[in-house]
Amino acid sequence: MKIIVCVKQVPDTAATMAVDNGAISWGDAPLIINPWDEFAVEAALNLAADQGGEVIALCLGKEGETEAIKHALAMGADSAVMVSDPALKGADNVAASKVLAAAIQKIGEADLVLFGQQSVDTDTGLLPVQTARLLKMPSLTLVSKFESVNPDDGKVQVLRSMEEAGQVVDSSLPAVVSVTKDYGEPRYPSFMGIRKASKAEFPIWSLADLGIEMPSSSIAWPEVTEPVQKEIVTEIIEGGTPEEKAKSLVEKLIAEKVL
Amino acid sequence: MTKKILAYIDHFHGKAQPSSWEGLGLAAVIAKDLGGENAALVLGEGVNELADTAFQYGADQVLLADSPILKDFRPEPLADMVAQAVQEYQPDLVIFPTTSRGRTLAGMAAVDLDTGVMVDVIGLDWAGGEISATRPIYGGKLLAKLTCVTTPQIVTLRTRAFDKPEPDPSRSGSVTALDVGLDGAGVATSIASHQEKGGGVSLSDASVIVSGGRGVALNPALEPPGDLDEEAAEIWKAEQGFALVQGLAEVLGAAVGASRAAVDAKYIEYEHQVGQTGKVVSPDLYFACGVSGAIQHLAGMRSSWRQPGCGRCQIHRV
Repeated sequence: MKIIVCVKQVPDTAATMAVDNGAISWGDAPLIINPWDEFAVEAALNLAADQGGEVIALCLGKEGETEAIKHALAMGADSAVMVSDPALKGADNVAASKVLAAAIQKIGEADLVLFGQQSVDTDTGLLPVQTARLLKMPSLTLVSKFESVNPDDGKVQVLRSMEEAGQVVDSSLPAVVSVTKDYGEPRYPSFMGIRKASKAEFPIWSLADLGIEMPSSSIAWPEVTEPVQKEIVTEIIEGGTPEEKAKSLVEKLIAEKVL
Repeated sequence: MTKKILAYIDHFHGKAQPSSWEGLGLAAVIAKDLGGENAALVLGEGVNELADTAFQYGADQVLLADSPILKDFRPEPLADMVAQAVQEYQPDLVIFPTTSRGRTLAGMAAVDLDTGVMVDVIGLDWAGGEISATRPIYGGKLLAKLTCVTTPQIVTLRTRAFDKPEPDPSRSGSVTALDVGLDGAGVATSIASHQEKGGGVSLSDASVIVSGGRGVALNPALEPPGDLDEEAAEIWKAEQGFALVQGLAEVLGAAVGASRAAVDAKYIEYEHQVGQTGKVVSPDLYFACGVSGAIQHLAGMRSSWRQPGCGRCQIHRV
């Protein structure tokens, strides 16, 4: 089966973020694959190993933003495609989904398109569902388990997560799936994998290569700011015994009306 | 100029997510401020009672689609109905709660209606009828101000970022039934079963949270049973620690949270993880027990202090 896994490069989650002259900055923090995407790559590799098939990593980003693709290749993805075009700057989710959908169609004949559940930079979690809607594929979000996959019959059964319950869903293929952390630990890239990835060549497609114009965006981001530091008051609760400390804390919490 | 506001009521088999009422309450407030009107959108099977409740929470009218096709959460037919409701009601603004379902349907609606969605917003400004939203990005380390230049504008509201209105049992109104012209056979998915989750308070909705970190496994006074290896002994100690966390949570009616370190060490299941790669929470009171306070953990809470309102954070260390 043919599995496309969409990945994104983001600043490390430990980075201190700042706004510098209106531009977002993460200092000298490393750039990494979006942590959620590692679970999607892991799922793609396991499915391809079980069913036979190939895994293609697809990444939308600025030229040179190759950390996510290299990580996916180092984990074991067979090949990769980068979509990069100066016109993509400032694309909102719907526009980015349209570009991704065009790339998925150009790659062609995917049985599954996998995503991480969201990216840790813009945190919208919209690309999986919007790309699915554009491709007219079923959208299976927040999946922690593939109960069964049958590419020959064009069927898949997955376990989805909702607030109140898990949901076991039967769906036709091709489908778009977003994978959660509950899927299981992603593998570490092997030394050989890292070497292979560092030498890997992959196509970089422009919008012209996809045969589309830049889609228009509805969402504008006129301003990004650092949150105002709230006044933080630290108080150490004194008392002789743990019981006395607890009593004193509870009295203070009740006085503050948070209990 | 925003005049008509549609609020999506998210529910599971007729039981509403509390954040749905926060969205409806906001719709009513904005409509009143701007001299407009609001409507609640209720989709499902056997959901008449939900329509009654929507009036109590401030709906001027309810758009209702009741059909077996809409019983379980399947995004495709539900998104079709959202698009149909928007065509009929012609709202300027559509509000969803940022629940797993609300996020999905909002995203699909933006595609279907050729517009945009402002996701997980914690602040909304409608002065002069121009909508702008504030939302956290990079796990709450930064805030972005957003506008949507196409109509309808779509927003999803972060749970507990906006006030939940007091229900008024005397309110009622007219229900407009939407024609469900969908063919159930054309839907590509079917629900085989549901796996009910254990009880306990949901982290996203919780006003009080008790969280444990790796430190809960460090009680030197505890002596694990002798037949355990090192890792099992550590987990055993962590279980004793989390039993205390759980006990306090039960007494307070609070949700149980955990740091990523505790989840990665297999002390507790992932669904309890608070932080940048876990759940974002907005409690009034947060107990952090044995949590070191890594930046990613704080990110799950940083932007959560309710806006407006609490400009102050008090930390008590015991």
